[in-house]
Amino acid sequence: MNRTFILAALLVFAVQAVAANPGNMPAVSTADHTRFKALQGAFQTGEEVTQACLACHTEAAKQVMATRHWTWDYVNPGTGQRLGKKTMLNSFCIADRSNEAFCNACHAGYGWKDDKFDFSSEKNVDCLSCHNQGNYKKIPGLAGHPAYQRMESPPGSGKFIEAVNLPQVAQHIGKTSRDTCGACHFYGGGGDGVKHGDLDSSLNQPTRALDVHMGTDGGNFTCATCHLTEGHKIAGSRVAPTAADPHGAMRRGEKSGRNPATCQACHGDQPHKPGVGGSLLGMLTRGDRLNAHTHKLACQTCHIPAFARGGVPTKMRWDWSKAGTLDANGKPFQKKDEHGHVIFDSKKGDFRLGENVQPDYVWFDGRVDYTLKTDRIDPARIVQINRFHGEPGAADARIWPVKRFTGKQPYDLEYLTLLIPHTATPDKTALWYNFDWPKALAAGTAAAGQPFSGKFGFAETVMLWPITHMVAPKEQAVGCGECHSRSGRLQEVSGIYLPGRDHTPWLDRAGFGLALLALLGVLAHGALRILTRNRRKE
Amino acid sequence: MTDHLYIFKRFERFWHWAQALLIIAMLLTGFEIHGSYHLAGFQRAVGIHTFAAWALITLWVFAIFWHFTTGEWRQYIPTLKNVDTMFRYYVLGIFTGAPHPYRVTQLKKHNPLQRLSYLGIKLFINPLIWASGLGLLYYQAWRDSATFGLDLAAVALLHSVMAFAMLIFLIVHVYLTTTGHTPLAHIRAMITGYEEVED
Repeated sequence: MNRTFILAALLVFAVQAVAANPGNMPAVSTADHTRFKALQGAFQTGEEVTQACLACHTEAAKQVMATRHWTWDYVNPGTGQRLGKKTMLNSFCIADRSNEAFCNACHAGYGWKDDKFDFSSEKNVDCLSCHNQGNYKKIPGLAGHPAYQRMESPPGSGKFIEAVNLPQVAQHIGKTSRDTCGACHFYGGGGDGVKHGDLDSSLNQPTRALDVHMGTDGGNFTCATCHLTEGHKIAGSRVAPTAADPHGAMRRGEKSGRNPATCQACHGDQPHKPGVGGSLLGMLTRGDRLNAHTHKLACQTCHIPAFARGGVPTKMRWDWSKAGTLDANGKPFQKKDEHGHVIFDSKKGDFRLGENVQPDYVWFDGRVDYTLKTDRIDPARIVQINRFHGEPGAADARIWPVKRFTGKQPYDLEYLTLLIPHTATPDKTALWYNFDWPKALAAGTAAAGQPFSGKFGFAETVMLWPITHMVAPKEQAVGCGECHSRSGRLQEVSGIYLPGRDHTPWLDRAGFGLALLALLGVLAHGALRILTRNRRKE
Repeated sequence: MTDHLYIFKRFERFWHWAQALLIIAMLLTGFEIHGSYHLAGFQRAVGIHTFAAWALITLWVFAIFWHFTTGEWRQYIPTLKNVDTMFRYYVLGIFTGAPHPYRVTQLKKHNPLQRLSYLGIKLFINPLIWASGLGLLYYQAWRDSATFGLDLAAVALLHSVMAFAMLIFLIVHVYLTTTGHTPLAHIRAMITGYEEVED
């Protein structure tokens, strides 16, 4: 009797535990893809899977092909600048041109290995890259394909990748997940956590402390919970982000052109609980005071106290000028820091890594422009790969946390343009296989259609990345005194009067000076009274 | 012969000491918020400062009511008569053993110098520190409609100027309490209410 009771109680507890954690529940779908005849076939290639998908999901490829996940091409509405991954360059791996077979493993398609790729062919769309539920990996070097045969990767590494089981993957597709988005977005810049600082593999199974929304012990959000998606159009952009969103929370069904991925889309722009007694007495409490900050600060500024908090370091600096350095035997080598993280690689140069990095802060109105491969640079100054616009104090701008990434990268001494090297695919010119800069630059610039004089140097560059993920629980938000002090986080930020930081030096000198004079005066007066005490008694 | 005159009523004494406590707390936390030093931490300093501000405003409302209903406001009617005598006493007479030139009565409890300085505080420092402080507290209510070049920095500057004035007043005021016929006589009077007056 007793034992039955305990068993029953345990069962109830277990059922409740599963019910309370939707992350453990299978996706609620009305279709069981394992039972679909079209997915039973012996698929030889990814394209064949796509054609099977499109037999039912007739509009899916068209939708994907209209997005940047497919085109890698984008005209920034704010600046008119032609951007997108196939056009822009950065200070990490620099650019994909001539390296497509390697870099474009993160293209939502199959077969992009050079400029002959057919962007109009629906079967080239890779459905599985975003909709797999595991056991699917696009291999760098295979131009967006997974391994159809068991293969060594990277070549010569002794590590082997098993052939993908396409029917199994196809029958178990589902919604996008932290893992599917993260497979590319956590690994940008050539490795885990390298690029963004606020996106790395620690977000696959994050704790609430790392990300209050995504934490498996918190909201258990996927990426798409915020990056609301309709018809494969995904909300949110780092090239044209919403820097200020001074509106209340959006209601379901509300007709709105607003970006649903902002904090304010759910929380509104006055998210802190006001004090009891309305706004007048509310000033006694913190809620209204914190709300008063929202017209100057992005939410992220206080609520992301540091990035790279999940145990994965992010690159803070990348010096390409050291790449090509070989050891005494003429062989490439690596150096690691005390944690085993690579800080030098003959292929890539010197790195500086950071964990728990306190962001920099800049005014930002959402407009970014980029230095492109056609733009002339001034190598005597630090070249800004991108520029965040935003007039200090302007109504459409907020103070934002950013990762400030620095580096050194090749430029043409004659044309004064940043150069695109050929690095990643094994051949006679790639930097990573030949360690020969002139050859690598000649091949890279030729593929990119960029003039190259043959003379090159290395320019000091800086690039900013907006910090918006890894939102900490409120208890870990940045404290008041971390900005309101003489040398706080916002020390360099202009356009605001910041109590605790800002003061009028002449007034302080005069005020404290006069107070000191008054003190000395009364002390002298008192001393004189004591000295003349006897005389008074007479 | 000395006489004991009941000068400071119970409310007046409560008002004085509560105000002293609040002003000292506000000076301490205020200059921390200003960034001059670290003591309680910015957040707690703001909390104490804000709470003390509201407490002081409440106290002032009661004090103003008390002054007008009791007629005690007349104590602060300024006069320039005998100001020079008072000055001469503090500069010279106090050292030579000259008698205090002012006789306290219940109807005239403040000497001409006190009248002038207390009136200055009530009509000049207090309203400005009050207004500028509320301006800082309710910045978000007026920031979008600010005119006359009034901005946060200007209001903060005014608030700081008044704070320094209050600090200097406090230093001189505390010292002058020791200039009674014994060093603690004035303080005792503000505690008990009774001032010893020589016949």
